[in-house]
Amino acid sequence: MNYFSRIAGLALAAATAAFAQAPSTGVLTVTEPAKLIVKRTENPAFELKVSLRPGYHANSNIPTEEYLIPFKLTWEPGPLEVAEIVYPKAKMEKYEFTDKPISVFGGDFSVVTKFKRAANPALGPGYITGKLRYQACNDKMCLPPKSVEIKLPVLMQ
Amino acid sequence: MTSSWKRSAATLAVFVVTMAGCASQAQKGLEKPPSTKPSASRNAAPDFTLKDVDGKPVKLADYKGKVVLLNFWATWCGPCKIEIPWFIEFQKTYKDKGFTVIGVALDDEGWEAVKPYIADKQVNYPVVTGDSVVEQKYGGIDALPTTFLIDKEGRIANTHVGLVSRKEYESDINELLQ
Repeated sequence: MNYFSRIAGLALAAATAAFAQAPSTGVLTVTEPAKLIVKRTENPAFELKVSLRPGYHANSNIPTEEYLIPFKLTWEPGPLEVAEIVYPKAKMEKYEFTDKPISVFGGDFSVVTKFKRAANPALGPGYITGKLRYQACNDKMCLPPKSVEIKLPVLMQ
Repeated sequence: MTSSWKRSAATLAVFVVTMAGCASQAQKGLEKPPSTKPSASRNAAPDFTLKDVDGKPVKLADYKGKVVLLNFWATWCGPCKIEIPWFIEFQKTYKDKGFTVIGVALDDEGWEAVKPYIADKQVNYPVVTGDSVVEQKYGGIDALPTTFLIDKEGRIANTHVGLVSRKEYESDINELLQ
């Protein structure tokens, strides 16, 4: 393989990776979910991979200050119901605008949703839709609260 | 040491010194308070009318002849909360010299969130709740705090996005009040 072929290959791989990183709103990106195949007796779990731009943080799901908007993942009713949502362990960080450390998420992390089958779910392929609401800041400024829609393809067996 | 090693070491030393110089310049650049725009290059601040906590209209154009510090903020914004006590003091200090602060709160919950906060902090300047129309007029407010310094002729003399020092604001205000 010559030099230019390698470069072209790397560029293609980078472009593919970039397109796989969707959807995104501003400083937060979630990885496109792969299809969740749910066997007849299974209660599946889904891991949502989230990435925040370096230098930014989002308030955790349990902010330490009342005025801060929490990080929250919710799902609409569908063939799967939420049993539990497991957020990552928050970091306590101090910023120029805080008197004391606050509870935040940052960098790359995962949010795991433990599902259970709904009673008499429709079998076959479908989607369940989730919404990730967050509010991000860096050391100097805050971005308005945003929501990312998560469309999780499922195959109910 | 061979001559090629010496050359490499010399090149590395030059690189390190150059980078240190750049970093030092950048640091100086960050510390230097931005001055207001030259008068000739200032654009008119878009006018708006929004309601205050008592439902009274606040019209920006009515403040022509005064220096206005127009601050977009929200109760969920930590950096905004650092600045608000400064603005309360600016209002006390400069109000009689032809100056006012106007706060535009961008909380989705509107007065439900804003009213208790401004009451608690005893905010002494007009506060209104904003809308997307006003945000768009000001180029879209992508981050908070965003603050515009408006001169006596109603033109934008400086814009600060994010938390800046109290000194920078005071420098702007004093310059515009002259």
